[in-house]
Order: sequence, then structure tokens, then C-alpha cells
Amino acid sequence: MNNRRIFLKNSALAMVGMGSAPAWLSRALYAQDAPSPRKKVLVAIFQRGAVDGLNVVVPFGEKRYYELRPTIAIPQPDGTADSAIDLDGFFGLHPSLAPLKPIYDAGQLAVVHAAGSPDPTRSHFDAQDYMESGTPGRKATADGWLNRALMVDAAGPESASSPVRAISMGSELPRSLRGRNDAVSINNLNDFKIRDARGADTFESMYTGTLDKVLNGTGRETFDAVKILQSLQQQPYQPGGGAHYPNGRFGQALMQIAQLVKADVGLEVAFTDVGGWDTHVNEVGAKPSAGQLANLLGNFGQALAAFYQDLGDRMADVSVVTMSEFGRTAKENGNRGTDHGHANVMFAFGGGVKGGKVYGDWPGLQPEQLYENRDLNLTTDFRDVLGELVTRHLGNRQVTNVFPGYTKPRFRGLVAT
Amino acid sequence: MRKYLAPAVILLSAAALLAAPVPKADQAAKPDYSAFKKKLTPDDQVLNAVDRLTFGPRPGDVKSVRKMGLKKWIDLQLHPERIPENPELATRLEPLESLRLTPDQAAHRYPTPQLIRAVAQGRQLMPADPLERAAIERLVRRIKTVRGEPDNDPLQPRTPLDQLLSPGQIRTLRSGSLDQKKELLASLAAGNAASNIDDVLIALPPPLRNQLLPAATPDVRRKMVMLNAPQQLIAYDLSEGKLYRAILSNRQLEEELVDFWYNHFNVFLDKGADRFLVPSYERDAIRPHVLGHFRELLESTATNPAMLFYLDNWESVAPDTQRRPAAANRPVRGLNENYARELMELHTLGVDGGYTQKDVTEVARCFTGWTIRAPQAGGGFFYNDKVHDKGQKVVLGVVIPAGGGREDGEKVLDILAKHPATAKFVSRELAQRFVADNPPPELIDRMAKTFQKTHGDMREVMKTMLRSPQFSSQGAYRAKIKSPFEMIASAIRATGAELDYAFPLAQQIAQLGEPLYRKLEPTGYSSVNAQWINSAALLARMNFALALTSNRVPGVKIDPDHFTADPAQMARQMLFTDASPQTRAAIEKALEKQQAASQAADAASPAKRGGRDQKPKAVPPPPSAAAGSTSALVAGLLLGSPDFQRR
Repeated sequence: MNNRRIFLKNSALAMVGMGSAPAWLSRALYAQDAPSPRKKVLVAIFQRGAVDGLNVVVPFGEKRYYELRPTIAIPQPDGTADSAIDLDGFFGLHPSLAPLKPIYDAGQLAVVHAAGSPDPTRSHFDAQDYMESGTPGRKATADGWLNRALMVDAAGPESASSPVRAISMGSELPRSLRGRNDAVSINNLNDFKIRDARGADTFESMYTGTLDKVLNGTGRETFDAVKILQSLQQQPYQPGGGAHYPNGRFGQALMQIAQLVKADVGLEVAFTDVGGWDTHVNEVGAKPSAGQLANLLGNFGQALAAFYQDLGDRMADVSVVTMSEFGRTAKENGNRGTDHGHANVMFAFGGGVKGGKVYGDWPGLQPEQLYENRDLNLTTDFRDVLGELVTRHLGNRQVTNVFPGYTKPRFRGLVAT
Repeated sequence: MRKYLAPAVILLSAAALLAAPVPKADQAAKPDYSAFKKKLTPDDQVLNAVDRLTFGPRPGDVKSVRKMGLKKWIDLQLHPERIPENPELATRLEPLESLRLTPDQAAHRYPTPQLIRAVAQGRQLMPADPLERAAIERLVRRIKTVRGEPDNDPLQPRTPLDQLLSPGQIRTLRSGSLDQKKELLASLAAGNAASNIDDVLIALPPPLRNQLLPAATPDVRRKMVMLNAPQQLIAYDLSEGKLYRAILSNRQLEEELVDFWYNHFNVFLDKGADRFLVPSYERDAIRPHVLGHFRELLESTATNPAMLFYLDNWESVAPDTQRRPAAANRPVRGLNENYARELMELHTLGVDGGYTQKDVTEVARCFTGWTIRAPQAGGGFFYNDKVHDKGQKVVLGVVIPAGGGREDGEKVLDILAKHPATAKFVSRELAQRFVADNPPPELIDRMAKTFQKTHGDMREVMKTMLRSPQFSSQGAYRAKIKSPFEMIASAIRATGAELDYAFPLAQQIAQLGEPLYRKLEPTGYSSVNAQWINSAALLARMNFALALTSNRVPGVKIDPDHFTADPAQMARQMLFTDASPQTRAAIEKALEKQQAASQAADAASPAKRGGRDQKPKAVPPPPSAAAGSTSALVAGLLLGSPDFQRR
């Protein structure tokens, strides 16, 4: 990977005799002078804990929904803050997702209902693993779909990819991003450096010089990334478009992803997660706009909307997709909550997404229509959604490489071709 | 037939050409175990053993093990009861009260969110103890606000701070030196001052109270944590306890094994009732059995409320259980397979151990009725025969006749404990932790044989492993990357740092990627190297190392005089071996730069030239501090170096 060894000294860029700079860097350098072919970006968001899709995008047109959930159903749209927000006359958004409504109305937000993994497991851990590896049912897969989605740069070895083409916000590298392509985990963009300046250069030469292969590899990636990100750390970031990200880990993660997109550092895929969705008990509060789910969705919706506003025109290049390991039971349990289920809801918005619509085949909630008599049945495989985004948005046509074993993906037309 | 052969051949080749090459998941190259046949020098054997069996050598440890003799030392570590314990450890553990409580006591002493909710709903009275009351008042208020409910219970009037302390005292708390703050808090706690320490703590605004954590004594500190949220105190005690033991205990192998077995039988602290069930779990189900028989570990974990709650078995009932009339409108609860699956997949046989989905269901049926009496109130294990599935089960080919009770589950544990796949799986996990990520099959086989022969005597299995040639081979030498916990504990031990309190270290460990007791998945934290090496974690290690040696980690103090001036010597001091050439070269370069920088600063400094300037100047740091700061830097660079990340 010699051609990635570009040494950046402070703000000056010095290429060290490895031939010309990688193409992506040239593009970034001369961005002001020439319109650069900017990379498409895919942002994957994992809602860990199995979010209750039936209360996130509410099938208010289905009478049975209200019979199954006498105390925790979200009421039909009536204009108040405690009822669903009408999307298409049958489905509605949970009121706390109001910030997403304008994006839906602008034709940029798509909903896919009754989507998810066909694997029957209701174990969080297994199901997350299957969804992140992209191979439901197979435990032996070592890498993740998002890593495999990255292409070897078609322009050839000279134009090696950015050290920060794949990032994950957090202090762990998620399963989705494990694999042969370098991926960097970033806890906090502003902190992604050696804080004590006296140590920076020394550590770098230790880690890039060490014969310890494991530490050398990651060490190089890390310091390459540190250098690229240095310029971003000079000033506090100001979100554009009047966007206001909510406090908390998720909001900050999205803000930093936006920052990275706008900084043109060669980002291609980004991952972050948000937890707390495992609402077995007291899912809904005294009113639909209160309680656990409402609070979580409020934060979730605000952060996504802020991201959308912040990026503004750049959204043309960026697609965001959300997923969760499985859904929850159609019927509420005895604790004003729901238990582990099957199919769920996914969101996709941004560049090229044909939004303003609820995709998928609604299976219904009558007893014979449920999965194992208890859960929403699955009619869209999550790999159809992710596969379409990878193929049509990122441009990686080798979908069966990204999802090994999934030989017949059915794209639903979410993304403009 | 022949005329079809040619087209068939063509078809086959065509198929081969057309088949889209599915990229295999990153496959390890065929493993080469030859390094495990190369013996280490005696000195390296000692260092290797100390690295593996302890949380890192302290100054002098390697020498004293060499003196005792390696075999003797290993045997001693295998018998922790023969090792006199470090008296300082008991002193440190003493204030950590929640670690000694039963679940019932813990549940009541450290109110759960459920209890707080009950108080908010008026179903329970506020506790009488003013500290406990103050602790939950804020949380009760928050619940009521979220629900938009009226507040019937008036906030206990708090004496404002300025009625308890003089302006001078308040100033000290806000902006005094650490020593001044310590002195003031100590005198308040001792009852020397006019005001009661509890009142003062309650009156302090939370941000200021948290800032004062480093200045408090252990008892006062716990009160401060309690006021933030009562159940945080249990997490606090657990983390402190684990760190003190790793750093101070003389029974190092035992501590390594408690960490290993806790991960093997992982429980996630933050799941509901587990918040107060974990201390007794680690203390009663794990610790006593780490060098005992495996079947005991199975029993103790299978009957422990923490495990039953975490993996939901406490809710698992026979599918045809008669519902009581009062519960008529509750959904039918049924079989929960979570524990059954993880028991086989993670605790015993391993994912390839040869069990089927049917086995999972059958095992789950056997464990119906293994439940907890009132988990949220800290109840204990009890076997409820009324909800037990009485049918016949077949587990891994063994018929368990109908009509059984608790013994059905016991039989399953017997079967699993004796199963050859279990012996292999457990042996492999141990070898991964103590030898190398990819241990040679012959070692695993020998350990498994010992396991089966001794009916799962873990001490014997450990002995087989630790006395094996593979353990003391080049293949094992520095083959493991330290986990965050090991890295930080070993840094404290190597530097002989003074520990005021350990909790900030736990926060650092979380930053490095291993929040203690908080692995969500039942797999626990993996010991495989790849788990710990990613950019964020690597930067965090380097940042920690530099912060530690320049005394910027709260609660930890390093005496700069501890470090020698000579970097090569310091390397040997920290690493207990020579630094690699790359590390050495990098440090030498850093020192040159420091020299140059300080020379330039000296030349430019007017103070040194006799101060022609009359303007007041900041006092230049005394020379010894500057030199100290250089050796502190070198120490930090060593602790953050690739060399130090290995064990």
C-alpha cells in the first residue's frame, strides 16, 4: 500500500516520492478549481435492540392493529401531537418522527415495511450478527456487508482509496465493517489524534515501523486517518442549513459523519448505531407522544433531520439507510410492551432515493397472516434494500459478492437508476 | 455413455468459468504451528509466564519468580489459597459495600428504577434516610416531569450551601488546590466542622460534586456517586473492586481466571435486575469455582439469578402451563430458548459442538421452572415445579424420561459437562486466552484429555496447559495483544503508580473498548487480538499512556523520580525486556527533538540571561521538573508503544 504513504506536514501537503498523488487526493486538492467527481456515500444506521416497527410506521388503516394493541397503539391521524402522522392514507409516522415528515413530503424519504431478515432467530446477538455479516443463518462469515460493499478502485492502483473511506463512529469496529478493506473507528472526530503533541510523531514512527504486523497495519491506517482529519479539527464545526443536532451520542455521530462528507476526505461508507430499542416493558407512556419509544424516536428523528438539513445540496451524493435486527410482536404483551418479533421497518433517504412512498408488500395482521402466529410477516428481504443501495447508489454491481449466497435480489425501485 | 462425456466435461468447465467467484471471508492462511515447537530460553520462559499468569509484572516480579523457580511459582499460583494476600487489598475493598451484599440487600439499598418509579407513582414512600432520599428525589422528579404528572410530594427542603459553609470554604471547594479540597472534605467528614458532610454533599450542585470526586475519601466518594444515581454505585464498586484486585492481589492467576470465566459465562450488568445481581454472581457463582470442577461452574451459573435473568430462563415455562384466572388477560408465556441455546453454544459444546435446533428446544424444556423469586426485589433462585415441562425429552440422543422435575435440568448439565465437545471447546478457549489466538491442536487435545480424565478439574487442565512445551514456546511468546483491562492494569503495575482511587481507570478501559461488566452479548469479551485493535482503541491506548505518565489521569499519581533518565534502562524497566529497534529509534529521535527544543528555549529566555526585562515574567520551571517531564514523556511513549501492547 505504498501509494497511500503520503506525508502531510501540518497544512502543507508534501508527496514523498511514490509517484503522483492518489487520484482522490488530487481531486480533493483541486476541488475549488475543478468540479471533482465526488464519491457517493452510503451511511448505514443500526438500531440495536429490535425497534418496534409497527409503532414507528403505524398501519393505522388496519383495524386489527388497534385490537392487538389496546393500550400501546398509536391513534389514527387526527391532527394532534398524540396521533400518527399520515403518510399515504394507510401508514403513518409515530408523532415523535415529525421532523422526518418534510423529507418524506419532499420525495426524499422512503419507507420499506415488513422488511428484515428471513432467519427465524429471535436472539438479538445472533440476529445482529446475521444482519451485519449480511449472511443470515451463517455464523462462519468473518466479515461484514458494508466492508464488502466497498469496491476496489476501478481507476487502478495509482488512485488508491482514502484512509478514511470507511468509518464507524464509536470505539469498536462493528461487524458490518470488518473485512479486507481498511476501516477506521472514530470515537470522536475532535479527539482523533494524539493529544500530547510531543508524542504524535514518535508514536507514528513506532507504529508504522514496527515489525508487528497486526499493529503495523492498523497503526498506519490510524495515522493516515489522523493526518487527513487534522484540518477538520482546527475549528469547531458549524452545521449548515440551520440544522440543530440533538445532544447525545447519536446526534453527535451523525454530525461528525456530515462533517466528514463535507470535508471531501474520500468518505464512501459510514456506520453508526443507536441502542435502547428493546422495549419489553412500558414502551408507550401515558400518552403516545410520551414514554420510552417516543423519547428514542424524538432523538432519532431530530438527528436524521438535522443531518439532512446540514448536508443540503450534498444530500444528492449521500444515502442513509436504517435497519434493526428484527421487529417486535404484533400483539402487546402484559407489560405495556412488546417482545421479540420478525419483520420490521427500514428507512432510506437521500441521493437518488425515490421517496414519498411506503414500499414493500403489506402482509396484514390477521392471525393467519402473522409469522408463527405472533409477528409481522416478512415480505422484503433486507438485502433487497441494502443491495439496491449498494448497486444503484454506490455503483457496486457485484451484489452477490456483497451478500454471498443471496443470488436473486429483488430490487423494489427505491433508488433512481 | 461415452458420447455424453464430452459435453458433460464441457458443461463442467463452463460451469467452472461461469461461476461467479464468491470471495471467501478472510480466511486465515493454513496455520503454521512450527513456532510452538521452538523452546524459549529460561529467562524468556519466566517473562512469558509472568506476562500470561498475571496482569503484568511489577518491578522485581520477574527476578523473584526466577529466584523461586518457574515451576514452583506456577504451582503456587495454581493454589491461591497458599498465597498470603496483599493486606492493602483488603483495605481497598473494605469501603466497597455493595460487593458484600446479598441480592436482596443490594436491591433495597440501591433502589432500582422500578422502585423509583413506584415512589414517583406514590406506591412507595420516600426512604427515610436523608441521603437515600436525596439520591432518588431528583430521579423521581424527572419521571414525574416526563409523564406530565403533578408533584404531590414536596421536595425535601435542602439547606443551601451558603448556610452550611463559609464563603472561604465554598471558594476552596470550587477553586482550591487538590490538597486544600482534600483537607476540607476530610475535616467535614470527620465531623470537625460545624456542618454535616451529608448535608454538604446534598447541597452541592451536581457538577461541582462530581469535580470533587478526586478530592474525597473513599466513603465520601461513594456517597457522591450514590447521589448521582443509587445503582451507579454498584457499577462503581464492581469496577473499583476488579481493578484493585488485578493491580494489588498476590493471587494473580486467580484474578485472571475470574476475568476469563466471567467472560465465558457472561452477564450484562445493565440489563434490568442484573444491575444489582452481578456482584453476588461474580462473588458466589464464578470466583469460588475457577480452579474447581467445571460441573460446579455449570451448576453455580445455571442456578444464579443473574444468569437466569440475563438469558431470560426465569421466564421460561412449559407451553401448556395453566394460566391462573387473575392472569387471564396476559399473553401466554411459553418456552424461552435463550439460555438453552447459549448454554450449549457458548458455555459448553461450542457452536460446532454437534447440537441441533431440536436439542435447543429440548434443553429449554428441561430448564423450565428454573426461575427467580421476585427478581426485581432481589429474590433468589427457586425451582418452580408447577411450570415445569413434564414430558419426555431427548437431548443429544439421551432420553430424559417423562415425569421429571428439577433433575431434568441437572441431567442436561451432567450430559454437557461430560461431553467431549465441551472438553475441547473449553480447552480451546483457555488456550486462546493463555497461549495464542490459534493454539496448536495437539495442545488442545492434551488439555481436553485431561479435562475428560479428571471430570473437568480445571486446576488439572490449567496444569497441563502451563506445563506444556507449547506454553513455553516461541509460538506463545508475546503472541497476545493485551486487552484494555490488561493494558491499563499492567501499566499501573509496571510503573508502580500510586492509586488513590481506581474508577477513572475503569472509564479509560471503557474508552479503549472494554467497558467492564458491560458486554451486551453473552459471548463476553473475546480474547482474540483482532478484537482490540482498531483505530479508535489504538489512539486511546497511546493517549492513556501519555496522560498516565504526566499525571493527568485522576486518581493515579506517578512519582517522576521513579523513572531513570536513561531511555534504554527505562525501557527494560517498563517492558521487562529490551525495546524493539524501531521503538528505541523513535524514542531517541524524540529525545533529540526535546533537547533541541529546550536548548532553543533556553537561548531565547531572557530570564536566563539575567533578565534585562523589567516586565514580570512567568517563573521558568525548575530544571529537575523539566528533566522529570522528559523521562515522564519517555515512559509514556514506552507504555503506548507497540512493545507494551503485547504480553
